Amino acid sequence: MDDAGLAGAGPGQVRTLPPRAGELRRRSRGARLRPYRAVLASRARSQATYRANFALDLASSLLTAIAELAEIWVLFRSVTGIGGLDFRQILLVFGLADLTFSLADLMFGHCDRLPTYLRAGTLDVFYLRPQPLLAQLITSDIALRRLARASVGLAALVAGLVVNDVAWGAASMALLALALASGVATFAALFVTAAGLQFFVVDGRELTNSFVYGGRYAATQPASVWPHSLVIVFGYVFPMAFTGFLPSLRLLGLPSTGWLPSWLGWCGPLAAVWAWTAALLCWRWGMRHYRGGGG
Amino acid sequence: MSTTGRDETGPIIETSGLTRTFTVRDGARRRRLTAVDGLTVTIEPGEAVGYIGANGAGKSTTIKMLTGILVPTRGTVTTCGLRPVKDRRRLARQVGVVFGQRSQLWWDLPVRESFRILAAIHDLPAATERERTGELVEHLEMADFLATPVRQLSLGQRMRAEIAAALLHAPRLVILDEPTIGLDVLSKQRLREFLVARRRTHGTTLLLTTHDMGDVERLCDRILVIDRGRLAYDGDLAGLGRTTGAQRVLVVDLAAPAPDLTGIPAARHLGSEAHGLRQRLAFDPDRTTAAQVFAAVAARVEVRDFTVAEPDIEDVVRRLYARQASGSPQNAGDDAATMTTMTKTQR
Repeated sequence: MDDAGLAGAGPGQVRTLPPRAGELRRRSRGARLRPYRAVLASRARSQATYRANFALDLASSLLTAIAELAEIWVLFRSVTGIGGLDFRQILLVFGLADLTFSLADLMFGHCDRLPTYLRAGTLDVFYLRPQPLLAQLITSDIALRRLARASVGLAALVAGLVVNDVAWGAASMALLALALASGVATFAALFVTAAGLQFFVVDGRELTNSFVYGGRYAATQPASVWPHSLVIVFGYVFPMAFTGFLPSLRLLGLPSTGWLPSWLGWCGPLAAVWAWTAALLCWRWGMRHYRGGGG
Repeated sequence: MSTTGRDETGPIIETSGLTRTFTVRDGARRRRLTAVDGLTVTIEPGEAVGYIGANGAGKSTTIKMLTGILVPTRGTVTTCGLRPVKDRRRLARQVGVVFGQRSQLWWDLPVRESFRILAAIHDLPAATERERTGELVEHLEMADFLATPVRQLSLGQRMRAEIAAALLHAPRLVILDEPTIGLDVLSKQRLREFLVARRRTHGTTLLLTTHDMGDVERLCDRILVIDRGRLAYDGDLAGLGRTTGAQRVLVVDLAAPAPDLTGIPAARHLGSEAHGLRQRLAFDPDRTTAAQVFAAVAARVEVRDFTVAEPDIEDVVRRLYARQASGSPQNAGDDAATMTTMTKTQR
């Protein structure tokens, strides 16, 4: 579909501007991404402008992340292991899950605040722009302060990889890369799911926090101790076990546990696809509700 | 797509039986509320249309259906030859919308930066972007605050920036939702002048909703009045006055105090000020003309200055509602005393 040139004045109307030949060119990939790049770059610049503020944000984000890591350390200091994992091993689970969550939060976290957008009328403004709604929502902000949090996750991951006896090779490298990419995608899908559901419930954050932050917390824990109900919810429905626990089992060469066999460690991408399918359905459903398409 | 030709020659807005209902929860019960009810209207390119009605009459709902934000419950709508919901993204390139209450600027960024992002959003080539921004900055007098973050702008400045933001991609149709709300008299005046000039030079179609009757009087040559979702009037301002039996008012300033000017044919003395130095006379534009009334006055006293005030639209609309509510046309011309606003003046 060629939508170039439609914005011009109609015939018989006085044109003070020359025809825009440039706009008639075929829209290249770069041109398609230009709107998103422009918004994101400005968001990043604006956050860096208020330096003191930004530094404070970074510091508080860092403290929260450290406190969460400390909580796990305290817990594992009093016991030798939980669910077959000791502190060094849980460090790897925490690192993977926390790094991927922080990165998803950095890029997608604001989707979880859809009611704010609804109240401010920002969503209506999105409808008036020639880009897909969800793409606009996702690229409307970026939370650089989450970098502090991501750095704690990264440190935990690196430490986890160093202190454990990981059999390094092409396979384990590939597994790690796969786990990181699909982990970010899976958590990102949670935020989009939350956005879709928040069309329906005005105070939807209470509800969506349960699986967004509940999921994040679950992801940093050894899934081997979960009761079956939790395995279903955070193992499969919201596939949190696929972001940290399952790839870690595989990397550490640990045996399978019950309903979560260790070969699932390779199935991160499947989990991500499943999470995104659900997320996009929720989003479509929510948008339909907002526009009143369904009646 | 080969619809481009048709797009630019057909009506810019065409609705037929456009209806939108909402289901509202009233405690445990659900109620159906009809916000827009069978709206059929055609707007041609280049028109300037005032869309007025009370709060909750269905104005915003109509705009949301015209721009593809809301899906109609029944009926059809075409904007710029496109189906707003299906062709939303293509339509967005041809329509500019200014919501008085919601901003499309980035509050923490300088105005200039917002324009740059919007140019990227509409994928304007650098030269076009420079040219358009330059033109808008000049005509809307924004040079002084281009580097100011949006959140530090005065309301008048922000509104100008919002309008520039909506015009940056040179839309064929500009929809303004309460564009002058909260502005001081001077800012309102400047904005209206800009919009009038813009329409003249670019042939842009204007559709504006407003509570400010000055906006309608200065900007629009056609008025749509919507009442409880239904189209109550479609025509020009003078016709609206005639329909409702509204009267025009001649205000004369006299050289010397004079007794009340009663007994002028087809006119009625409304009141005198300053011991009769200024007097107001109401007349029905269908039965006489301003010139005849003036001539009759000038024959009796020496007139130094005069103005003719058009009926206050708010009052006219109120009468229209009252007339519709009672179901029968009635001449409610007797309380012309309420129509005292000095608006459009003719010399």
